[in-house]
Amino acid sequence: MSWTRKFLRVNLTSGAITEEALNMQWAHDYLGQRGLATRYLVDEIDPACDALGPDNKMIMTTGPLTGTIASTGGRYSVVCKSPLTGTVACSNSGGFFGAELKFAGWDMIIFEGKAATPMYLSIEDDVATLLPADDLWGKTVWEADKMLRQKHQDPQTKIACVGRSAEEGCLYSAIVNDLHRAAGRSGVGTVMASKNLKAVIVRGTKGLGGIQDPKRFLQVTKDAKKVLADNAVTGQGLPAYGTQVLMNVINEVGALPTRNMRETQFEGASNVGGEAMHEPRKSDGKPNLTTNGACFSCTIACGRISTIDRTHFSVKDKPEYWINSGGLEYEAAWALGPDTGVDDIDALTYVNFLCNEDGMDPISFGSTVAAAMELFETGAITTEQTGGVELKFGSAEALCWAAEMTAKGEGFGIDLGLGSKRLCEKYGKPELSMTVKGQEFPAYDPRGIQGMGLAYATANRGACHLRGYTVASEILGIPEKTDPLESDGKAGLVKAFQDATAAVDSAGLCVFTTFAWTMDDIAPQVDAACEGDWSTERMMEVGERIWNLEKDFNQKAGITGADDTLPERLLKEAANTGPAKGRVNELDKMLPEYYQLRGYSTDGSMTDETRQKWALPS
Amino acid sequence: MQKSLHIDPAKCTGCLQCESACSLVNEGTVNPAKSRIKVFSFHDEGRFVPYTCTQCDEAWCMQACPVDAIVLNPVNGSKDVLSDVCVGCKVCTIACPFGTINYNTSTGKVVKCDLCGGDPECVSACPTQAITYVDANATGLDKMRAWAMKTDNAGA
Ligand code: SF4
Ligand code: SF4
Repeated sequence: MSWTRKFLRVNLTSGAITEEALNMQWAHDYLGQRGLATRYLVDEIDPACDALGPDNKMIMTTGPLTGTIASTGGRYSVVCKSPLTGTVACSNSGGFFGAELKFAGWDMIIFEGKAATPMYLSIEDDVATLLPADDLWGKTVWEADKMLRQKHQDPQTKIACVGRSAEEGCLYSAIVNDLHRAAGRSGVGTVMASKNLKAVIVRGTKGLGGIQDPKRFLQVTKDAKKVLADNAVTGQGLPAYGTQVLMNVINEVGALPTRNMRETQFEGASNVGGEAMHEPRKSDGKPNLTTNGACFSCTIACGRISTIDRTHFSVKDKPEYWINSGGLEYEAAWALGPDTGVDDIDALTYVNFLCNEDGMDPISFGSTVAAAMELFETGAITTEQTGGVELKFGSAEALCWAAEMTAKGEGFGIDLGLGSKRLCEKYGKPELSMTVKGQEFPAYDPRGIQGMGLAYATANRGACHLRGYTVASEILGIPEKTDPLESDGKAGLVKAFQDATAAVDSAGLCVFTTFAWTMDDIAPQVDAACEGDWSTERMMEVGERIWNLEKDFNQKAGITGADDTLPERLLKEAANTGPAKGRVNELDKMLPEYYQLRGYSTDGSMTDETRQKWALPS
Repeated sequence: MQKSLHIDPAKCTGCLQCESACSLVNEGTVNPAKSRIKVFSFHDEGRFVPYTCTQCDEAWCMQACPVDAIVLNPVNGSKDVLSDVCVGCKVCTIACPFGTINYNTSTGKVVKCDLCGGDPECVSACPTQAITYVDANATGLDKMRAWAMKTDNAGA
């Protein structure tokens, strides 16, 4: 089975906590995690509801392989309607929280309603209790984590928590678990705080049994681990450099969005990439990177554990930051670095710490600061709004200040908490917002990697690299090399990546395995663990069904094909240097074919035929 | 040759594959809470340290047990708990200076590492070779090798 087959429903309005049986028909159709929780969400909320109102629900959800020995089998997701985009939100996190929830005997938790005063949920195996969190409200994630550990006297408790930014309404707040792992994107933390829910703490001692075919599961997971170990990316690149292995690579191919995506190459890239994290610094001879760390069950261990130079201006008077904690991964390093023009690795690491400490999505935060810097340059924002701070591209001081203000939700930090789209609208220059459906771009410029333009434009949660990572094919040649500057043939590639990723997410595995694993490596693991036949074909089918379910939710929420687009800058302003010089993204060439492959109408809407084909709920 | 677990914390990533393997073989479920090897994460220091029973020669737990429920396994040198003899008095848990023998509330007996009868599962599960099973007479061999390399002055 591998599903525990039961979940918790927590009504925050009434305080009622009930146990419910998992809908196994839905589990067979949608597998788990992302897919299954979205099925519940579609069933239980009005897609048009106010994302920050009590009618929205928030689901913390695991997959059937979460809590197993399958490599990377430790993931959970948070599914709800997003306040940033108005689309379905689904943010995936690693660490140890998801597996612990499984060990306590639960596949998911559905939170509904809104508590009258701040609360947190405590789970010890079968016993779930809502407890007052008045003393935790107003505290950072790191402070709250300490207080909860002290109170419960259990060092092995796993904690997921929101920070001050979420309480203050920052629209891209994350839920942070295990101090530095986050369900990061689309403002899922903001939704949690809107329900007056500060934290969820879990202790699971029941363990996970009931693997369908234990002997075969041992064998296929072992084989699959070997594939990861033998692969150059998952066996060497990621452990040594983390996802930061990409910084110099992406810069060289001319797809590193720079200074609010005005340029596609950053002169300071090598100062903030994976290799730079290994360089001993002058002050104490230690490198930024202390070691690599893994999420539960992960045999890749891409996680960065880093320190900040104690003599750096950001922390020299703040010994509380002289610790090791989660360091820079590529997307964060890009948003905080190249996109703001800052090449100071200690400033980036400090801001990354703050993003973890107060629960902010570093991609959205960095991109919003980048937009604010361009607004400042044009004069739309002045020192009047910033309280005297020169919010200039390249200013590490300004970046650190912006992070501190946004983390606390004070002063100009309130504006920054709006996200790039609303910020640029507020200051009269919507064209400067580098977003799709209101969500900020990640670190791949679609002028230099054509397929990513289509992936961003059509991703069901707004601009996102984790919904269809064609970078794997276009740059790294996985599973086979395609030309990044060619838009021809990308529609099929994007669709295949989108469907496969939906299935991988829903299994409870980390998408980084797919640098090495194909569905032929993944399906046997699901098949050995779960009842029913889980072939590669069925996994792809389930992935496509999930994709269409999400799409249908968005359509009912009022998102249309017109929203499947990119900012003008990427469609009209050509890249000025590097291999992509002279190129724009050719979205208009790819989109019609994509809609056709998906079975949507030419304007990008879901058709009744496609809805019926996938037996989507009406 | 008698063998011993050898732990190199510097290689550990904190993935807990060892805890899962240990609980799976001993408890039948993946359940790190019931693992006999524990991996400690010292967050602020950025260190992960696996820790378990070192199979003391004159084992405190074995000496303390009033009913002789802990016995020497002559083949691999482990000190094994005889579950049907153990009365759950927990005296051994007090006697052990290292905390590596623990009471299991669901069975009412104590549990400790028994080297899986000579083929430790944590060793096979560890993806980084942070835990190895080596000649008990030379657990320091790899450290000696590392230092020996540094004393080579051939290139000087
Ligand atoms: S590859 Fe990285 S993010 Fe994925 S599970 Fe492993 S450590 Fe976590
Ligand atoms: S399996 Fe190895 S790397 Fe993973 S936690 Fe255990 S000792 Fe560390």
